[in-house]
Amino acid sequence: MSRVVELARLMQGNEAAAEGALAAGVRFFAGYPITPSTEVAEIMAERLPRLGGKFIQMEDEIASMAAIIGASLTGVKSLTATSGPGFSLMQENIGFAAMAEVPCVIVNVQRSGPSTGMPTAPAQGDVMQARWGTHGDHPVIALCPSSVREAYDLAIRSVNLAEKYRMPVILLMDEVIGHLRERVVLPLPDEIEIINRREPQEAPADYYAYRADETGVPPMANFGTGYRYHVTGLAHDEKGNPTNDPARAEGLLLRLHDKLNLNLDDILIEDSRSLDDAEVVVLAYGATARPARQAVKEARQQNIKAGLYRPLTLWPFPTASVDRLARQARTIIVPEMNLGQYRIEVERVVRGRANVVGVNRVNGELIAPGEILQAILEVV
Amino acid sequence: MMEELERYLRMDRFPHMWCPGCGNGIVLGCMLRAIKKLDLDQDRTVIVGGIGCSSRAVGYLDFNTLHTTHGRALAYATGIKLARPELNVIVVSGDGDSTAIGGNHFIHAARRNIDLTLVLFNNSIYGMTGGQYSPLTPVGKKATTAPYGTIEPGFDASELARAAGATFVGRGTTYHTELLANLIVEGIQNKGFSLVEAITACPTAFGRRNKMKGGTEMLLWQKENAVHINRAGRLSPEELDGKIVIGELHRREAPEYTELYDKLILNVQQETQSASIKTMKVE
Ligand SMILES: Cc1ncc(C[n+]2csc(CCOP(=O)(O)OP(=O)(O)O)c2C)c(N)n1
Repeated sequence: MSRVVELARLMQGNEAAAEGALAAGVRFFAGYPITPSTEVAEIMAERLPRLGGKFIQMEDEIASMAAIIGASLTGVKSLTATSGPGFSLMQENIGFAAMAEVPCVIVNVQRSGPSTGMPTAPAQGDVMQARWGTHGDHPVIALCPSSVREAYDLAIRSVNLAEKYRMPVILLMDEVIGHLRERVVLPLPDEIEIINRREPQEAPADYYAYRADETGVPPMANFGTGYRYHVTGLAHDEKGNPTNDPARAEGLLLRLHDKLNLNLDDILIEDSRSLDDAEVVVLAYGATARPARQAVKEARQQNIKAGLYRPLTLWPFPTASVDRLARQARTIIVPEMNLGQYRIEVERVVRGRANVVGVNRVNGELIAPGEILQAILEVV
Repeated sequence: MMEELERYLRMDRFPHMWCPGCGNGIVLGCMLRAIKKLDLDQDRTVIVGGIGCSSRAVGYLDFNTLHTTHGRALAYATGIKLARPELNVIVVSGDGDSTAIGGNHFIHAARRNIDLTLVLFNNSIYGMTGGQYSPLTPVGKKATTAPYGTIEPGFDASELARAAGATFVGRGTTYHTELLANLIVEGIQNKGFSLVEAITACPTAFGRRNKMKGGTEMLLWQKENAVHINRAGRLSPEELDGKIVIGELHRREAPEYTELYDKLILNVQQETQSASIKTMKVE
């Protein structure tokens, strides 16, 4: 039997996210059930004890987020999964993880909102919440898969980035991808790159928990390993102790952003189709990228110079790439299952150099290829 | 004594931020005496706080210390303890922190009987934000948000913990320091969820507004109004009205959460192993 046949299996998006996280070394999960993300918790409850890991169903999503931060501080890679209402509840503690630089991954399988909305219907309404959901000028990484295999790969990548940059990473899925079943061939364990947080080399007495080298990321000592230091959500100095000193507070905040700004090449990933000569570019992410790909293909069949640009890293925003598109294309079409949350960011970077058009739906239905093709035909 | 406790303190963090007359330092002192008595390994002990004047205690302590978000200390601590059961985890929190915003985590940590010791600094008020009423403010008392006296009945935090499933509950005061330190010792030694409620004075935000004068008078108030549990049984409900019952209030035997989880792991892994041996035989 060839390896491909041997390893091919039918998998659901949520399952892929869970399995990817496990493959990346996640051994702690705390969560609270919510459609359409619940499968992630159920799989973790079953799989983790077999691997010697821990699963706990907390009393709410606030507690879930708190528990994964606590677990991660002891050196265990940690995950939670939720959807809109639960994601809202997690925000304060996501900010804590950003401020105190604690690696952790939050899977948010988006459903139609606001409020309870349509629990089983897809949406992409949390794009801005993923960016700005918690208060203050915090950095964030959010990755967005368009297929089951990609949910697996990006779950691994989310864990890796969280560990490498010591921050919360959001795997921003949607109901379509979460519940989609596809045939996948998963990589073998030795084909998977795994990144672990950097630990201090110096003696405990010389350790500054929040002093970074040129990477911007301080090495992290896990609780219980002999390095005694303070972790707080207050503005803090390099020792981790609270400070009201304006220069120190600002220095900390700027460094938190530098961690990303200095490493964009590593963090930003994207995909494209027939972009080289494209005059009309469809910029799409998540489930919406699937009909977008089909629409671009059909447009090409009609000899229209259309292309697809697909950011897999939604945040930080791929400014350089969109800037390039702005110089190349006459029109950029942004289909989204929201009222244009990512489009405003595109417009901010394009600054009028190309025509930016939205194709939007907030009725709980996926956008059809025909709707995007229609938009393409209207601008050529 | 002080010198012996200094090894547990981050001396460079002093002077502390508490007001003159505040009882928080006394509670902290009792905690450190308990830690010393038990000779807890400083490198294997994590102290977690919420948000409030009392929770700031963690910043002065030379351990792995975690100052979290308002009300959530027990949820963070649950993650730490479940991930690494071998660590000692102590939580410090205020009355607002653990019974208002954190009330849900409080009852669920107790229900799970996870091996955490919560030292609840009960000063009857929200100290840090300047004196708003908390769920432990006695009815009728004044607060900035209850200028005419609260009309809300308060919780009994110790009763709440007992009802929710805690396996050790004790209450002390900053006047009865030996008792308080001993209760913390018992709490830490108990394998399960322990609550030690420490009645402490906040002259600035509570005493002043409620005609209790300064820190000394508030300490004397504790002396006069505390009744040890051994004596409380002999008093009528009328005699106990307005009194604070102190001492070991509750203890029961129950399996501890992280031990149960470790057993579950063992069982599941053994099952998986024997299942795979069976399939090998079939093949
Ligand atoms: C989510 C949130 N809400 C409100 C606050 C503001 N806040 C800070 S401390 C505090 C009350 C603290 O009272 P308590 O827990 O009784 O502790 P104490 O200061 O009296 O020791 C409040 C309301 C906050 N920090 N976070």
